[in-house]
Amino acid sequence: MPELSRRNLLGLSGLAAIAPLTSAFGSNKGTATASASADARERIRKRYFPDLTLLTQDNRRVHFYQDLVKNKIVLLNFFYAHCEGICPTVTHNLVNVQKLLGERMGRDIFINSITLKPAEDTPTVLKEYAREHGIRPGWTLLTGNPDEVELLRRSLGFTDPDPLVDRDKSSHIGNIRYGSEPLMQWTALPGMTHAESIAKAISRDFPAAKG
Amino acid sequence: MYFNVFGEKVSRARYREMLNAATNRRELIAARFDRRELIRMGLVTAAGSLVSMKGLSARAQQFQQGPSNLCGTPQLPANQPASPPTRAFIRPLPILPLAQPVKALNPAPTVAPNTAAGESRTRPHQALTLFPPQKFFNVFQRQILHSFSPDLPTQAVWGFDDSNGHASTPAPLYVFRYGVPVLVRNHNALPPDPQVGGFGKPEVSTHLHNAHTPSESDGFPGDFFPSGHFYDQHYPMQLAGVLSTHKDSGGDINEALSFLWFHDHRVNFTSQNTYKGLVGMCLFFNEFDTGDEHTGFHLPSFPDFDIPMAFSDKVFDQDGKLFFDLFNLDGILGDRFTVNGEIQPFLQVKPRRYRLRLVNTGPSRFYEFFLTDPNNLNGVNPYFVIADDGNLLPKPVKVASARIGVAERVDIIVDFRQFAGKSIFLENRLSQLNGQGPLIAQQCGIPEVMPAGQGNFLLRFDVDSTPVADDSADPEDMKFYELPSIVEPRITRTLKFDRLNGQWSINGQFVDPTFEAPRIRVGLNTVENWILSNITGNWTHPIHIHFEEHQILARNDVPPSLAIEHSRKDVTELRPNSRARLFFRFRDFHGRYPMHCHNLIHEDHAMMLRWDIDPEGGDSRLVP
Repeated sequence: MPELSRRNLLGLSGLAAIAPLTSAFGSNKGTATASASADARERIRKRYFPDLTLLTQDNRRVHFYQDLVKNKIVLLNFFYAHCEGICPTVTHNLVNVQKLLGERMGRDIFINSITLKPAEDTPTVLKEYAREHGIRPGWTLLTGNPDEVELLRRSLGFTDPDPLVDRDKSSHIGNIRYGSEPLMQWTALPGMTHAESIAKAISRDFPAAKG
Repeated sequence: MYFNVFGEKVSRARYREMLNAATNRRELIAARFDRRELIRMGLVTAAGSLVSMKGLSARAQQFQQGPSNLCGTPQLPANQPASPPTRAFIRPLPILPLAQPVKALNPAPTVAPNTAAGESRTRPHQALTLFPPQKFFNVFQRQILHSFSPDLPTQAVWGFDDSNGHASTPAPLYVFRYGVPVLVRNHNALPPDPQVGGFGKPEVSTHLHNAHTPSESDGFPGDFFPSGHFYDQHYPMQLAGVLSTHKDSGGDINEALSFLWFHDHRVNFTSQNTYKGLVGMCLFFNEFDTGDEHTGFHLPSFPDFDIPMAFSDKVFDQDGKLFFDLFNLDGILGDRFTVNGEIQPFLQVKPRRYRLRLVNTGPSRFYEFFLTDPNNLNGVNPYFVIADDGNLLPKPVKVASARIGVAERVDIIVDFRQFAGKSIFLENRLSQLNGQGPLIAQQCGIPEVMPAGQGNFLLRFDVDSTPVADDSADPEDMKFYELPSIVEPRITRTLKFDRLNGQWSINGQFVDPTFEAPRIRVGLNTVENWILSNITGNWTHPIHIHFEEHQILARNDVPPSLAIEHSRKDVTELRPNSRARLFFRFRDFHGRYPMHCHNLIHEDHAMMLRWDIDPEGGDSRLVP
């Protein structure tokens, strides 16, 4: 048996303790605000960003939260290399977004595209896809253990409420989720809208830090 | 080189095995993976059953047992974690304080934006000198402490402060009068980034839904402004037609509005900011809807017998704090039902007629309101609908129930005399499993409308037994305004709402969230018909068009069958595979306005477009 603490075991088995009724809001506004922010950020991490190990197009192992999301402004989407539906358009848009965001790409803004077909889309396949489309550093293509990739897809909300539609990869969600992890601000855009609009919206919502 | 999830080297063959095995959950459980690996991955408990990892959104476990159709067996809305338990009917309905005006604003409002002083408006007031404000409000949107229930911690949310000692969510109530122009100076005093509570963006644009307001004061989604700034919004308080079709009579009296609400409208973050508390209500009175049951239409007197109620279904996290599912694209269904910010309150009423103004502030749920007598569940307890979307009908309509989507309003008159000495419930009996809308329930063998007592109890009315005077009119005898006449449109446009790979489109185009250019230009003071068509599949959408109220000429090519839809409206619900033909005027003011689905989650994922009123005339795009 692995050395899991009893609390972890309870959590894993879904037998979370019934939430105690917490007491009223803390008195010191300043520190209460700061620690409440830290709590919220941690809750978001636990709920939406499992720290799964994925493989990049360069065959590097990365941890999803620690390496790709934490402290960053990120764009997240799902695709697969041989998708002939919306993916060519969305990828093309993101290539232009990458150009339009200029120096910020790879500095404070990052794109992460995760495959829906991890068994087919090995790092080699992803590398070829990147080369073909002109994907430059700052934009990572990701694959991994299919079960974990599926968990990630669901955690990030790229699902359809109809299970039949959801199982069909060709009808996969084409939105681009974007946000700032440290600011805890997240929203999404259709991936098929114009690249200029996507880039403008990101710059508007998450302007470069001054100084 | 291949690695397993723990960073340990494995053979290529083993790696392939792992990849292949994972495609079938049965094989997974049957230990193609090492049991230790499964437990470490958090996919299997020590007892061997598949569960999701702690803290993951419930969506991750939604299809765990693999239902073959949509219906599954959710006890809760399928995509939300469960809120902690709270007791019902413990505290009374919050009666919102009246927002107090100030004598003057400093600096005084100017036609041109006062950028030097920190005003973020970008366009001049087009009607400020025509209709100079007589009432001024100096309002701060800020963080406040709020208690939703005695069983939940008091917590920091967002609300409105009238700077005269009233701060709340929903906001202190605005009471305006026709002919008394208002200027609201909205200050953004929200704490700057990062935010407590993990959702919301502290940039605001406040929309008064659905006043006859010049564009620069209407709370356009792109007109948001940051903390530390303000934005003056001018509400001329004039009837539509005041500068055009009804110049000589000060506007068309039949276009009078009565019940509005307001909320944040910051593009892409509307749902979060509104859910976080930036909502409020607004009453418009005039010489007919007077607020005094002895005059005008003799509607129950305000404030004693005229009660505005804002409904919002919420979700709370395990620590009792308000929770917003950030990565939800479909629609959020709360499992805790608030009215004026309190979970399942009670309200003591006298045995006489009341006017109840009901607004659905979302985020996504549809409500169908019934009066339920717990001692007579089989009984029908009808009431009168007197207004749809805050517009008084030609005359009251007696109904057993009324249904509203997000942003729709319904004013009702309930005579509590029949329930003297008893308690009855306001109950939502519409069943809904997810953000698609209520119709899906029907496909799952769950009735769309639940039997009495099996829906959601929103509020309990405790009716006093001592008789009291009631000088309001009998709804059977009431008459209000006439419907404005329908004339031929200059143009009829078609707008098809579709969904492709989860992305909303209008006429095949995905929406530009930066609103660079209008999709539609309508001519100032012209008439149009818009045919809205919903081909998004199994989704129901409450579609809202800003500015003037419209009329529904036809649903699926025949006049609406619901009596209360023979009215002026500003939100029209479109069920799956249906269309509605709407009649519009665009009078008196010009500029940019949006049209959007008012399921707040859809709105934020770009189910929206910009259209403009142009004094130079409109374009001819039939399928814009």
